[in-house]
Amino acid sequence: MYIYDAVDQRLVDERVAQFRDQTRRFLAGELSEDNFRPLRLQNGLYIQRFAPMLRVAIPYGLLASRQLRALAHIARKWDRGYGHFSTRQNIQFNWPKLEDVPDILAHLASVQMHAIQTSGNCIRNTTTDHFAGVAPDEVVDPLVWCELIRQWSTFHPEFAYLPRKFKIAVSGAEQDRAAIQVHDIGLQAVRNAKGETGFRVLVGGGLGRTPIIGTVIREFLPWPHLLSYLDAILRVYNRYGRRDNKYKARIKILVKELTPDVFRAQVDAEWAHLKDGPSTLTAAEVARITRRFTRPEYQTLDVLSVQYTQALARERGFANWAGRNVHPHKVPGYAAVTLSLKKTGVAPGDATADQMDAVADLADRYSFGELRVSHEQNLILSDVKQSDLHALWQEAKALGLATPNIGLITNIIACPGGDFCSLANAKSIPVAEAIQRRFDDLDYQHDIGELDLNISGCMNSCGHHHVGHIGILGVDKQGAEFYQISIGGAQGNAAALGKVIGPSFAQDEVPDVIEKLIQTYLARRDSETERFVDVVRRLGIAPFKEHVYGNADQKRENRSGQLAAA
Amino acid sequence: MATLIKNAKIAADSWQLLDRAADGSLPTVPATGDIIVPLPLWQAMAGELLARSGRLGLWLDSAEDPALVADSLEALSLIAVHFPQFTDGRGYSTARLLRERYGWKGELRAIGDIQRDQLYYLSRCGFDAFVLNDSLNAKAALSAFNDFTEAYQTSVDRPVPLFRRRAAETA
Ligand code: HEM
Ligand code: SF4
Repeated sequence: MYIYDAVDQRLVDERVAQFRDQTRRFLAGELSEDNFRPLRLQNGLYIQRFAPMLRVAIPYGLLASRQLRALAHIARKWDRGYGHFSTRQNIQFNWPKLEDVPDILAHLASVQMHAIQTSGNCIRNTTTDHFAGVAPDEVVDPLVWCELIRQWSTFHPEFAYLPRKFKIAVSGAEQDRAAIQVHDIGLQAVRNAKGETGFRVLVGGGLGRTPIIGTVIREFLPWPHLLSYLDAILRVYNRYGRRDNKYKARIKILVKELTPDVFRAQVDAEWAHLKDGPSTLTAAEVARITRRFTRPEYQTLDVLSVQYTQALARERGFANWAGRNVHPHKVPGYAAVTLSLKKTGVAPGDATADQMDAVADLADRYSFGELRVSHEQNLILSDVKQSDLHALWQEAKALGLATPNIGLITNIIACPGGDFCSLANAKSIPVAEAIQRRFDDLDYQHDIGELDLNISGCMNSCGHHHVGHIGILGVDKQGAEFYQISIGGAQGNAAALGKVIGPSFAQDEVPDVIEKLIQTYLARRDSETERFVDVVRRLGIAPFKEHVYGNADQKRENRSGQLAAA
Repeated sequence: MATLIKNAKIAADSWQLLDRAADGSLPTVPATGDIIVPLPLWQAMAGELLARSGRLGLWLDSAEDPALVADSLEALSLIAVHFPQFTDGRGYSTARLLRERYGWKGELRAIGDIQRDQLYYLSRCGFDAFVLNDSLNAKAALSAFNDFTEAYQTSVDRPVPLFRRRAAETA
């Protein structure tokens, strides 16, 4: 956990005072709605379907137990007793009152939290691997770099009114768990042959209505230049990104219109002026930030706990859970644990205030008082002793947080959709629930194996449907809610965008369609280790399409092909 | 009435801003007085403008590249940057480039849709003068310069970032 120093705290406190005054002026009619909007957005405050929505930053997904308790308190006191963990390692409250928001922010500041730049056309919360610092495949611990980026981006005076929002993700492991290929800037921390740390820099990735996989513009950026290089990218974007059309305003469009080579040349030209300037990071600063992170004091343990292996052999339910929700750890004898927020019937990512308090207790007792929020909208206890896993499982089960579905079809990522969001074409939560019910049988889920199913209520893609193995997108068909389905998307190292299988479906048809996709997969896979997405990659979408639509479509296509040829 | 804030104080304004006409044609230049001219006017008739008796200022629109005036700085007594809407943030980069790259030391004025809640960031990017929108309470707006007492990044007002200043203090 990063611990604020006096300046970090003062800035957050001053922000609360500033926003309190802005809110007061707005409520007094001294500040127009148009003028207030960007100010409230940069403090995480949207005006939504029923009420304002407040998005609180959980920088790079790291949360201390006392912070989670503060979130529970906020949910109870100013909201309706729950919060929604988002794919961007934030938490959203759906029911606060505008006039209460300054008090909520003040409460957050008392536990070193804030809602700064969680919305608006500015640099947003930096996200990272939810196993940062504990993953066995980690090359560079990304947390220190994330905090350096947090400080650099917080109240950056030049980049508060960008053409559009700007999201940075950092990964330091071999497996990309931070979706760096679909961010405005993706940073892959690497080491060169000499063992020096640097970053592979990707730009111009993103989802939304124009999904694009990012392009590498620099293979190895030595770490001292991190901030000056980011400044150069942002300056080029701030000056030349499109401002005439909000749908073409993201950096991905600029990179595409210029071509990545020209964009890179512009960044390099800008960087030539900034490089080696005062923003150049020093070893002393990196060391200072590193020291401000508390680190767990691990015990020396055996690689494999006997108690743990015995419990695995004894109890099938525990073994099922451990197989899905327990993850390897780089320290012998420890494990990371996902507490699933994907229980059937609960909106994906939602947690009640009581659950938050209970998870905070679990974190205190089992994981050094710390936890993580994953972009799959789950909570993670990152440092649990293997010998404690069985006890933790029992407690988590009692709290409804032990659904053994991580990586499986019911671990659905879904945005708030039409139930909460005013931009939605269609609801997402009931669709998620209907699919969870359909695939409720655990054995069936395990048989289907690894499958990411992601749902967005509209083209803005907050639910990452493009990179789901199965993606579901809410569309509007003459005023009715319909769902377009795509397959073959993927996150991680082999990131790919899904392909739409055909015309969209009504809400009650969706579970059947998913079932047909799964049947096609099960019939065609060459072994149990071939995943759904692998089969789509191998065979293309045709067999899936055929099973879902019958081959009526294909016949029609053939006929028009023949006509065209004639 | 629009109000001029200069060096964080309300100030009298002797400058006249010349704009292009709606059809894009260049304005006529008054014989005397301090004027701020649009970039195309300067490009079209620098000689005449320099021969006038009043002081000369120039304003850049949000899309205009400050590199275009980098060689003219000595002829100018003021540069203004226009913000068509306060959400158009290009002028922040323009200001930093003028100050940090091209070495402009004179008055740098923010004009257009300028409001209290942008003053702090604008000043950090090198503006020292601001023409506030007419409806705003200019006196109350002055407090915006003190919204924050510290900043992490390199900027015109604090060229040395916090981490270097902090290291220097503890050294
Ligand atoms: C309910 C309030 C919300 C609103 C109004 C909203 C609005 C938007 C909009 C307009 C975009 C598209 C921006 C663009 O393409 O330029 C977007 C993108 C995104 N949102 Fe949301 N969102 C909301 C909630 C959420 C939630 C709850 C999550 C997480 C589950 C989320 C995660 C994302 C992500 C990851 C993107 C990025 C896609 C990209 O790369 O463009 N949003 N959101
Ligand atoms: S994807 Fe659309 S419906 Fe879902 S939260 Fe984002 S904007 Fe709202």
